Amino acid sequence: MASNTATPTMAKPMAKDYKSDVVSDWCAGCGDFGIVAAVQGVYAELGIPNHQIISYSGVGCSSKSPHLMHTYGVHTLHGRSIPFSTGTALANPDVKVVVTGGDGDGYGIGAGHFLHAGRRNVNMTYLVYNNEVYGLTKGQASPTLAYGEQPKSLAVPNPNDKVDPLALAVNAGYTFVARSYAYNRTHLMATIKRAMEHRGMAIVDILQPCPTYNNLHTKEWYGEEVEMSGANYPRVYDIEAEGYNGMVQNPADAEEVNRKEIAALTKIRTHEDRVAIGVFWQIEKPTFMDRLTMTNPKLGDTPTYKMVIADADGNPTTDLSATYAEFLTTS
Amino acid sequence: MPTETPIVNHFSWTIGGPQGTGVDSSANLLLRSCAVAGLYCYGKREYHSTIKTGHSYTQVRVSGIPISSHVDPVHLLTTYEKTAAKIHADEVVTGGAIIYDPGVISADDLNCQDGVLKIAVPYDEILDKLAEEMGQPAAKVKIMKNTLAVGATLAMVNFDMAYIEKALSGLFKGRKAKLVPDNMLAIRKGFEYIQAMQMNGSSVVDQFPYKLEAQPDSPAQMIMSGTTAVALGKLKAGCKMQTYYPITPASDESVYLESQQKEYGINVVQCEDEIASVCMAVGAALTGTRSATSTSCPGFGLKAEGIGWAAMNEVPVVIHDYQRGGPSTGLPTRHEQGDLLSAVFISHGNPPRMVVAPSDMNEYFEDTFHAFNYADQYQTPVIVLTDKCIGNNTMTITPFSEEGLKINRGKLATQDELDRLASLKPELKGQFPRFGDSDDGVSMRSVLGQANGIYWNTGDERDAYGHITEDPDNRQVLMNKRLRKMATAIAEIPESQQFQLYGPKDADTTILTWGSTKGPILDAMPQLLSDGFKFNVLVVRLMSPYPVEGVSRILSKAKTKIGFEMNHTHQLAQLTRMETGFSMDHFINKFTGRPISETEAASAIREIMSSTTTSKKEVVLSYGK
Ligand SMILES: Cc1ncc(C[n+]2csc(CCOP(=O)(O)OP(=O)(O)O)c2C)c(N)n1
Ligand code: SF4
Ligand SMILES: [Mg+2]
Repeated sequence: MASNTATPTMAKPMAKDYKSDVVSDWCAGCGDFGIVAAVQGVYAELGIPNHQIISYSGVGCSSKSPHLMHTYGVHTLHGRSIPFSTGTALANPDVKVVVTGGDGDGYGIGAGHFLHAGRRNVNMTYLVYNNEVYGLTKGQASPTLAYGEQPKSLAVPNPNDKVDPLALAVNAGYTFVARSYAYNRTHLMATIKRAMEHRGMAIVDILQPCPTYNNLHTKEWYGEEVEMSGANYPRVYDIEAEGYNGMVQNPADAEEVNRKEIAALTKIRTHEDRVAIGVFWQIEKPTFMDRLTMTNPKLGDTPTYKMVIADADGNPTTDLSATYAEFLTTS
Repeated sequence: MPTETPIVNHFSWTIGGPQGTGVDSSANLLLRSCAVAGLYCYGKREYHSTIKTGHSYTQVRVSGIPISSHVDPVHLLTTYEKTAAKIHADEVVTGGAIIYDPGVISADDLNCQDGVLKIAVPYDEILDKLAEEMGQPAAKVKIMKNTLAVGATLAMVNFDMAYIEKALSGLFKGRKAKLVPDNMLAIRKGFEYIQAMQMNGSSVVDQFPYKLEAQPDSPAQMIMSGTTAVALGKLKAGCKMQTYYPITPASDESVYLESQQKEYGINVVQCEDEIASVCMAVGAALTGTRSATSTSCPGFGLKAEGIGWAAMNEVPVVIHDYQRGGPSTGLPTRHEQGDLLSAVFISHGNPPRMVVAPSDMNEYFEDTFHAFNYADQYQTPVIVLTDKCIGNNTMTITPFSEEGLKINRGKLATQDELDRLASLKPELKGQFPRFGDSDDGVSMRSVLGQANGIYWNTGDERDAYGHITEDPDNRQVLMNKRLRKMATAIAEIPESQQFQLYGPKDADTTILTWGSTKGPILDAMPQLLSDGFKFNVLVVRLMSPYPVEGVSRILSKAKTKIGFEMNHTHQLAQLTRMETGFSMDHFINKFTGRPISETEAASAIREIMSSTTTSKKEVVLSYGK
């Protein structure tokens, strides 16, 4: 079994150290550029060795992100980034697993996995580029597009209601639930960093203008001010700057958990005229690995990727004789 | 009635009843009792796709020599309620016997053939008395009807009680050990009741010709079922990640592995569906962890896209498909061999996939072990086609042999190699050309997290580092490279792991078969050979890459070729014709969902081989409830 010794950490990594040689094929003005740059900036701030980051994705414009990262990249199937990455996170808890993907990928075809990832609280970070459309397949409605809306590729107005992925995430058990915006680099970087530092399943839904197909919710639209009771306010606003704190201080305190959960769901729901960004919900809970280790202590001692299964001559090291005995007629 | 010559160690027994009433535990106990007495056993389990009430039964065949199939005649039918007595009474052969509860069914309602002994065992009466003797509430004691039934059964065959006690203590260990004495009491009651029973002036035991004699000198056997054999093969191979979504008959394997996690450290994860299961196993495999997933037909279909991705990214992963009756949900608890072609062709666009089809319990263990080596050596998904018949049936087998079992991880890059390559090309900044072309189609593989091994995976066509490219020349190189592995595999894998030929090599007739269908054919073979039906049996074990050369060599010598498998469209025959050009002359088939017995195999082979017609003939078998 190959060892996973780390190379010495770079002196002071810069965002560019996490850029691969690949030139992106995204449309000019796509919100995805800013997200990738923010992620690279966070990697630099955290100083994680390149080979210890596993960049996962599904399929879509956004899901090409791993190829732009100078890290291990796993560009999986449409909608399946979560189960693939869960396998990696469970088998090798020593690496940092970061999943990126689109709203169609995560909340449409991958909706089942999206939900169950919360139930498991796997230790990883999930960044969803939410542009309300299926970019790569030319702009069809995604699950986050509201009923009746008709971005330019739709032949008829959207007949489906939208889902609120973050409300779902809170209910499903995600332990870090946030929203950010592709063109607010400072907020985006701070939020991704907090998500990566969180121990457990973290999701950041990132509002991402798609200038090619979403002509309704553009960079300009997000940048507008909206009028409320006679005064003008920025459309996108940071709830935490207004004093909101979604962090549960004492996870054992049912009253606090309940109160904060209701507050989080209420805040998440304000995605109407104005768009709330920030961390809505954060709680410490045992991760999936913690839970599995309770019934399978060996996993806690040695992650499966490091378990020795053969000696130098290839002889299997697993000794089954005690188990065989249970099946032998002589016992 | 005077006793005829006893028929020793050739016994076929059926026990049946509503699901959840202890049919399985009775069958286990009887089988184990015979096995510890040095007899060879084969237990065939049939059950409905319901949890309670649906009728289930187990047929146990006991023999003085090793066996791997059931037979159609039933010598003794044991029942303790009405349905089994009604359903199976007509299967008992003349000279056989039926044990029934006169409290629930009258002798006249038993639809038996002439000359079948009808033995009334008043379960309630006997157990009420036992409850009194034990000073226990009757309700508590009455649940032991099924145990009493085993005692009654074994009295009929003159069995030695000591072996029953031994078997019972083997079954009830640890916390359950305290159940042994009470159960022994019930067994003894059943046993003594039959021993004392007279009918028409003589002992019923004497009127029943089938007897079992212990063979204490028999070599030790394992009592095994297919799902457990696979699980043990996985543990031996060092599989440390198993994912699954519950489905009959595959989940028994994962549930067993769950029970072994503490001991062996394997991580078993129940997923949200079969798509997640295959993807999660692949994600774990990318870290270098030996990983697997296990499923049955409908779940196997769901895995197609994930299997294709694994093949495209050259990820070693092992997928077991326990075939059951299809199409769709089909016969969810019954047997069929219907997935061969869907396995060989699973997933769109020409991915290299290996398909292995073990054909007996020992091969379930060995081929599972080998599958992990193939996956690592050829860096591609390996599908193991198992089935409900061996998967769910329980039999005595020669203990697993670990001889020569070596773990081969293939071209897994060591840290030293990666560091050396990185120092030669510092401009790569730790990137590694994981998908570079290679003569044998297999390139050096780094695993996620390894320093200086950085590469990218993608479902798209890629360059050597794993970045997307649609360059036509590169495309050609990589398609060739991936599929070249299949030629490497067939050249490297020992022929005995590709196919096996049983019986006289110079026979003019060859039967082509695979999977569990081998069992009844080989059981029928000695008698058929001695009756002058000369044939050999070619069992294909590696389905993809297909052993074209070896199979052609054998089929070219056969004047008559008979395809014998359990699916409507003769999928192995189709595959063989596609790969080798050889067609079958005749077919033997069965698709009722019930496995083929030795009895059926023998008569079908006889029928085809005695037929004088030269036109294509198909015998479609259908026996069994
Ligand atoms: C199984 C499967 N179905 C459909 C597709 C086609 N497809 C590719 S990307 C995509 C939608 C992408 O939308 P989203 O996830 O929102 O990503 P975006 O392009 O908007 O970033 C679809 C439907 C596919 N690749 N695989
Ligand atoms: S289609 Fe939209 S999401 Fe895709 S690259 Fe173009 S702008 Fe970006
Ligand atoms: Mg989208």
